[in-house]
Amino acid sequence: MNEARNHILKRLRTVQREAPDTNALPAIAGADAETLITRFRTALEAVRGEVHRLRDGDWMGWLARELPARGVSNLLAGTGKIGHTLQTHPIPGVTLHRYDRPVEDWKDALFEHIDAGITGCRGAIAATGSLILWPGPEEPRLLSLVPPLHIVLLDAANLHADLATAIRAQGWTQGLPTNALLITGPSKTADIEQTLTWGIHGPRELVVLVLG
Amino acid sequence: MNVPGPMTALRARVREALGKAPVRRNFRAAMDGIRAKRADALPDATDFAQRRARTAAIRARALARLPELLERLEQRLEANGIRVHWAEDAAQANAIVLDLLRQAGARSVIKGKSMVSEEIGLNDVLGEAGIAVVESDLGEYIVQLAGEPPSHIVAPAIHKNRHEVATLFQAHHPQREATEDIEGLTAEARQVLRARFAQADAGISGVNFLVAETGTLVLVENEGNGRLSTSAPPLHIAITGIEKVIERLDELPPLLDLLTRSATGQPITTYVNFISGPRRADELDGPREVHLVLLDNGRARIHADPLFADTLRCIRCGACINHCPVYVQVGGHAYGSVYPGPIGALLEPQRLGLEAGGSLTSACTLCGACGDVCPVAIPLPGLINQLRAEGVEPRTDSPLPDAGRLRHRGEALLWRLWAAIYAHPRRYRWLARLLTALRRLAPRRLGAWTRWREAPRPAARDLHRLAREAGFSDE
Repeated sequence: MNEARNHILKRLRTVQREAPDTNALPAIAGADAETLITRFRTALEAVRGEVHRLRDGDWMGWLARELPARGVSNLLAGTGKIGHTLQTHPIPGVTLHRYDRPVEDWKDALFEHIDAGITGCRGAIAATGSLILWPGPEEPRLLSLVPPLHIVLLDAANLHADLATAIRAQGWTQGLPTNALLITGPSKTADIEQTLTWGIHGPRELVVLVLG
Repeated sequence: MNVPGPMTALRARVREALGKAPVRRNFRAAMDGIRAKRADALPDATDFAQRRARTAAIRARALARLPELLERLEQRLEANGIRVHWAEDAAQANAIVLDLLRQAGARSVIKGKSMVSEEIGLNDVLGEAGIAVVESDLGEYIVQLAGEPPSHIVAPAIHKNRHEVATLFQAHHPQREATEDIEGLTAEARQVLRARFAQADAGISGVNFLVAETGTLVLVENEGNGRLSTSAPPLHIAITGIEKVIERLDELPPLLDLLTRSATGQPITTYVNFISGPRRADELDGPREVHLVLLDNGRARIHADPLFADTLRCIRCGACINHCPVYVQVGGHAYGSVYPGPIGALLEPQRLGLEAGGSLTSACTLCGACGDVCPVAIPLPGLINQLRAEGVEPRTDSPLPDAGRLRHRGEALLWRLWAAIYAHPRRYRWLARLLTALRRLAPRRLGAWTRWREAPRPAARDLHRLAREAGFSDE
């Protein structure tokens, strides 16, 4: 179809038009960490995200209390540090699964039997309450998508005021992973009578544990 | 047999739509709700004007450098491992997709939302080739079950209420317990479609933005079906128009912000999905192959037209549709086109030609609401009006297909006569006197005008005379 390509580009080149200048974005006034956390929480809770502030080492304790209470018996984690910690400190009543093999080997089980998935994140955006995830070998794409409950550990130091700031600060243009995500709340739809309904295809619940 | 012309067919569809009271109630309720949400998300007119000046400039800049950006995009995508295909028209695009699916031996496809796939009629082509296609966006799934096209570019099943959806679901999922509750219906769709995601051989999706700088496809959605369609199956084929490219990643945040606020009043959607490559050797999921089909289908022609090139700035938020007083009355199906509402009235006549699509420009009151809310400042009412003119009195070098073909000799003669009289005060006064004298002969019926209104009857004394009698001079 090289012919199509050349035809299309040739048609597009029949005109020369002046390109308007796009002025730079105004700088966002800096905010301290606590203000960013408050903004993040307000924005995410507005779309039914659950936010908990914990001290650094307390997330295991939180999981041990909350997972059985929420009826989670099959928890999925990646092969990174979070999965390793969970493996060395088992939670009574909760079976830990590791996402350690290609999805093709266990797709049906992943879709049918996992109650919750836990991931880290690269940071978050205060203005919209969005989590930044870069899935990869240690935390594959479907880990944050298929289980009905998604738990995310967020380091409070990694909050950015808005998306533009995060893109600059994290150097996105230097190289993006095969898949990068902004996640803002649990899955939702309003396709029937414009009525907001939660948990259509992705997680029904999103829990963020803000650490530090 | 006489085939009705496009105008007659449009009138018939409008009459039919106006007769469906329940559907009109669905549209009215939905549009009122969505307008309120947008107003809440963009409360300050000055702030909106500033923001959209930037987004309009970003889109205009990208369009001014379109061929260069497309080449850079292609190069970056290929370097990232995403294969790029170019299609001049619907037939080529469908052939490319079908070929890719056949090469992969794919029998089942799960689809994320894509208006471009509607534009090329992809589902029918795949269906005829024996490939099972399931739409996974809830609204798209509903209209697919109903055998209907979408009635809105963002909310495809907006014309249906819960009872109609419940009836459809009962017919198609008889093994499930019947419900008319919206949460129950949503849960039912989740269960039915989950298996489809797990089993599909390929995923097909649209794209919201293409970033040339990084070689990235950006997809915006709330449901998670877009993420599932693009990461669960082993093959992902994305299809979109050549106009969707932007130059740099830092141009994306302002566009995303106005897209979602304009479309649904959200500061951001649940998911923004950046795809920059297929699964790498060390990754455990994601598609092994990612393909992008770039569709022209008339866009390069529109791009070359200095009068109408701004049409291509559109980011498909649907705000113009939501605020259109014609759309809210007749709904999306009455347009009979892929894209309804003001953007449809502007895009479709250019895409299909004025003969086939020009009638859509009459589905507009030129009220200006669409232009006011457009997040990339497309002067929609002005352009729609220009399109009307192109139908009857085109520019000498008009590149529009069928330019001038909507001209009627009788109508043209009438306007010439009108101009000949109204441009000369003496002739005008003479006509006014004549019509006043003959006012008892004024017809009671004036075609479409008097179907809903009384015929106007000239007064016994015209305004000029009354004014003179009241002491005003003629000047």
